Amino acid sequence: MAGLELLSDQGYRVDGRRAGELRKIQARMGVFAQADGSAYIEQGNTKALAVVYGPHEIRGSRARALPDRALVNCQYSSATFSTGERKRRPHGDRKSCEMGLQLRQTFEAAILTQLHPRSQIDIYVQVLQADGGTYAACVNAATLAVLDAGIPMRDFVCACSAGFVDGTALADLSHVEEAAGGPQLALALLPASGQIALLEMDARLHEDHLERVLEAAAQAARDVHTLLDRVVRQHVREASILLGD
Amino acid sequence: MASVTLSEAEKVYIVHGVQEDLRVDGRGCEDYRCVEVETDVVSNTSGSARVKLGHTDILVGVKAEMGTPKLEKPNEGYLEFFVDCSASATPEFEGRGGDDLGTEIANTLYRIFNNKSSVDLKTLCISPREHCWVLYVDVLLLECGGNLFDAISIAVKAALFNTRIPRVRVLEDEEGSKDIELSDDPYDCIRLSVENVPCIVTLCKIGYRHVVDATLQEEACSLASLLVSVTSKGVVTCMRKVGKGSLDPESIFEMMETGKRVGKVLHASLQSVVHKEESLGPKRQKVGFLG
Repeated sequence: MAGLELLSDQGYRVDGRRAGELRKIQARMGVFAQADGSAYIEQGNTKALAVVYGPHEIRGSRARALPDRALVNCQYSSATFSTGERKRRPHGDRKSCEMGLQLRQTFEAAILTQLHPRSQIDIYVQVLQADGGTYAACVNAATLAVLDAGIPMRDFVCACSAGFVDGTALADLSHVEEAAGGPQLALALLPASGQIALLEMDARLHEDHLERVLEAAAQAARDVHTLLDRVVRQHVREASILLGD
Repeated sequence: MASVTLSEAEKVYIVHGVQEDLRVDGRGCEDYRCVEVETDVVSNTSGSARVKLGHTDILVGVKAEMGTPKLEKPNEGYLEFFVDCSASATPEFEGRGGDDLGTEIANTLYRIFNNKSSVDLKTLCISPREHCWVLYVDVLLLECGGNLFDAISIAVKAALFNTRIPRVRVLEDEEGSKDIELSDDPYDCIRLSVENVPCIVTLCKIGYRHVVDATLQEEACSLASLLVSVTSKGVVTCMRKVGKGSLDPESIFEMMETGKRVGKVLHASLQSVVHKEESLGPKRQKVGFLG
């Protein structure tokens, strides 16, 4: 392709990573004191905050209550200054609504909703800085926030994006790689069972290459799980120290 | 407005404590909670700042874009304010729930900056009547722990201090057409002078006394509050009464004097902190939300 070369002849990307390498991930649980659960994550230059309230009584119309399980309510919002070009509105546009729906589907697959009938779990995700892989950062932050809130889950939900350039599958795309217009795959994985909570792809990709891209995304998601698990254990250890155990 | 439900006994407890100059968290009537300020938090922006005041968390990003000057002021750029009340603060802000509060805060910020001494807008002019810089000041409210106006004004001032606008040169060739050239050097930039940018001090009337930096619980006990916008020299640039109660003129004067006194101290602390952070330069350890 013309213009920017996404993968050099030696196999390095624009920012110096190899094909299957993740960006630096840092995360923290318990960012806000007043929320039931909160978490903050940085994947490279993508920064996301997630906040969880609940389970609590249904807010708004009671007709939305489900008699056998909890209602998972998600809102995705990105700050107007989070992208290179300033956004007009933080939420309510088509992309935000779609992202909110995807997050809801993802977490309905993971949260044990049948334990809380006729109640509601709110998950609010806020993107502070966007540099590619936004959906993955939101899912990873929300997973940590749900765990921080103490809501029972079947498993972590670990997400990562993947792309395909010059016959090579790339993991954890940055904004430059996304803007180049090649195929992009977003995967949310329950790592213990290997089940997929959400799968989405755009642009064209030959079926022969799909397996490799999927495998690259799944491997990256498992790597993310290793890091998130470390963050959770660190948080639990600190909480135990504060409790005096 | 994000609110908290208190019983009558809790309210009486808070009011009696204030009247004895001993608040629930041990502060005096003119004490602020611990304020944390950090600039340059979001690298996508021209300037950014994060302020944490007790449980109130504010993130401000400033984006500089080129626009056209307004007709009535052709030699000046301008500032645009937007306040996004994130649903992270409270579930009531979901969807459009936070729009009313956001509009109220943005209007207050417009009024504070609506005088020529706050920010020198002439430095934002590129060529008169044709091009100017527009500074979009976007406030993101992440957690509501009371005293929003003070925290937001501190964050806006810190973000404007951190703002770096690329230097622009206007080239004019023989035919008279103009070209705009952006400097290649990323360190060649214009910095704003924030010497005269005011900060808001909110004084809440509780019982027959008034307190500075009220928490959410104290705001629930307060009938009326006075917002005083004070510059570092102690000049009051804007005043506004909020709340459903009424205020006696005598107590308004007392609250103004307290606001001026507290505002000067606040400005001195903020200036020393942001200058100290600036002097660290590249050696600074960025914390953001991870600390």
